[in-house]
Amino acid sequence: MSTENTIQHKIDKADLDGKQEYTITVYAENRIGLLNRIAIIFSKRKINIESLNTSPSEIDGIHRFNIVITESYEVVRKLARQIEKQIEVLKVYFNTNEEIIWQELALYKVSTDEIAEKVTVERLLRQYGASAVVIRKDYTVFAVTGHREETDALVKALEPYELIEFVRSARVAIIKDSAGFHEKLKEFEAFEPGEELVENEFLDKGEKIFTM
Amino acid sequence: METAQDTLQQTETKAEASKTLFKGTGSQVLLNGLIEEGVTTIFGYPGGAIMPIYDALYDYADKLEHILVRHEQGGIHAAQGFARASGEVGVVFATSGPGATNLVTGLADAQIDSTPLVCITGQVFAHLLGTDAFQETDVINITTPVTKWNYQVTDAKEIPEVLAKAFYIAKSGRPGPVLIDITKNAQLQVEEFPEYVKCNHIRSYRPKPKVRVEYIEQAAALINEAKKPFVLFGQGIVLGKAETEFKAFIEKTGIPAAWTILGESAIPTAHPLNVGMLGMHGNYGPNVLTNECDVLIAIGMRFDDRVTGRLDKYAKQAKIIHLDIDPAEIDKNVKADVGVWGDCKETLPQLTKLVHENKHEDWLAKFREYNQQEIDQVITPELYPTSEEMTMGEVLRNINEICGGDAVIVTDVGQHQMVACRYAKFNNTRSNITSGGLGTMGFGLPAAIGAKYGAPDKTVIAIIGDGGFQMTPQELGTIMQFGAAVKILILNNRFLGMVRQWQQLFHDKRYSFVNITSPDFVALAKSYYIEADKVDDRANLRKALETMISHEGSYLLEVMVGRENNVFPMVPQGMSVSEIRLK
Repeated sequence: MSTENTIQHKIDKADLDGKQEYTITVYAENRIGLLNRIAIIFSKRKINIESLNTSPSEIDGIHRFNIVITESYEVVRKLARQIEKQIEVLKVYFNTNEEIIWQELALYKVSTDEIAEKVTVERLLRQYGASAVVIRKDYTVFAVTGHREETDALVKALEPYELIEFVRSARVAIIKDSAGFHEKLKEFEAFEPGEELVENEFLDKGEKIFTM
Repeated sequence: METAQDTLQQTETKAEASKTLFKGTGSQVLLNGLIEEGVTTIFGYPGGAIMPIYDALYDYADKLEHILVRHEQGGIHAAQGFARASGEVGVVFATSGPGATNLVTGLADAQIDSTPLVCITGQVFAHLLGTDAFQETDVINITTPVTKWNYQVTDAKEIPEVLAKAFYIAKSGRPGPVLIDITKNAQLQVEEFPEYVKCNHIRSYRPKPKVRVEYIEQAAALINEAKKPFVLFGQGIVLGKAETEFKAFIEKTGIPAAWTILGESAIPTAHPLNVGMLGMHGNYGPNVLTNECDVLIAIGMRFDDRVTGRLDKYAKQAKIIHLDIDPAEIDKNVKADVGVWGDCKETLPQLTKLVHENKHEDWLAKFREYNQQEIDQVITPELYPTSEEMTMGEVLRNINEICGGDAVIVTDVGQHQMVACRYAKFNNTRSNITSGGLGTMGFGLPAAIGAKYGAPDKTVIAIIGDGGFQMTPQELGTIMQFGAAVKILILNNRFLGMVRQWQQLFHDKRYSFVNITSPDFVALAKSYYIEADKVDDRANLRKALETMISHEGSYLLEVMVGRENNVFPMVPQGMSVSEIRLK
């Protein structure tokens, strides 16, 4: 039975009760109030959102949310269904880190004097793939794009050298296995949707990305 | 050529549309839309921010009946009662600020019990939003977790489309409450509006899926092999208007079926395969045998904790088949071996086609055995008490004998609710109206008023405890003014009975603030010009009930029942359904 297969597949990947990072991708209409509707699905269950990004998607007029939480597979699956149940949400996917390509952007403001004086800082910056966004007499702003560990590592490294300000963006993620949303949208707009739309994990997704 | 033709057609349609343009205010176009949606009854209460709508309503008195309730909570419960009795969408009007916040309990109740409602709230002028204006409250954010959908209108041009969406969302798929908040400027705004078009498609909303045969086949295979199959049904049958399809399914397979309290009247009480009530105060057999069946078929129910008791000891031996229209319910509390996602109006006939005809005589006999034990130990003493004090059960028995199962019974919340659900007999669907999921005390009286409007030809009996009645007694005023012929039966045990029962059983009889006094209910009713009577001994009970039921118009009867009677059987909280206690 395909149910068993799909669930088994997920169990193999992650211990069922074990928590791990999941990235939830939500395709939704761009509507005032929807962010709140989605956010309270988490807060109602006392689940902390670690990172949340809203942005346009590959389709004009459709918004894409990326939400990162650390939870068990079972919990994430239920959350995904609750989110997809909201009227203005078109589709929800959730993926483990192996299943996505993701980036976060971090900005670091450091004293220009410090880096001018201390060669090691410059070396550090090269080592972490940082680029200078602004260089002024008093301070310089560097940017690093990468995974959490990478941007965190540079914070650690810069600490001794007067890190004036630090900020990191939410995670943005692309699903490795996704064919995008163009085709699906046509289905959604059709009055009688095809079977593609009623797929869920009870059925034959096998190795494919999870979709409900 | 084709393109040219298309364009021509489009131009024609546009021209036609412009002919039927309606020029008027946002308020008028809202009321026109309600009429287009088939609304005839509105429960509401006016106020500053909704005055333009009420002003327009003044001219619609021949088409829209407005029931002026005495509190917005009463209004929304009435709309719920209306929707539950009639199967139509209930409509509520309320003003901004306190008017809107008074709807919240009803919204939460309708959300958890999947009741279709459209609530219209007035809001301050758009230019005042966010200024803490008089009676401004952030209604959209307050109601987001308790509505299926909500929307704030600040421009009248949006009204027809938003209203059409609201009705479509409220009643399609798994129904639920919808709220539209309309700023005062939009209510006053004069525009030219196109013809009202009902909504039947929203691209981001899939009310029900196309049913996949795989689900049905897998379910049928399990059912056909089962030796001890057991059906649990909920309100999904009623909401899906699939009572006939459900009956055909159980009759072909011969599977015993038990109900959640919201599913109760989906099939007649007397049906030979109806084995009774599930859950905390449900029947003995259905609870115990949940843990003995080999295939559990859950239809249109959501495995509420009051039904399942302790989850890790719930039906572990059984294969679970779960039919539901809401995919978020499948696997939520109980993991399904086969999840049949779909509208049971469609899935049940398909399933019935694939299952074998069967009779599970031995298995049904087991239910009868347990039932006999329950009759001997619990039911007979409750329905035919030998004590001096009257029991709630004997009141229900008398109602059954007088009404023969044809009345609509609306209950409040507490002991009387459990007794009414356990013992009331029903012949017809949509006859049992109660606050199941939220357990809202104060629901009974206003919901019964609404139910009378939703089922005007039926006898509507509101069974309410002395505690619950005192939460919304102001709606006697609504009855007084509009004459809804509701029979109000107060079962008075001078306690908040259900809490007292728990304090007795689990808190060493420490009766903490459950001793509640009551006003003279008869005098109270009479002050609202409602006929009333009180009974405190058995000799007068039957006669008093007959008088109440045969009385033309509304009537209140207070029956004094035993103070410290308990509702049994009972699955104590945190215990397994098979650990159900008979005493």
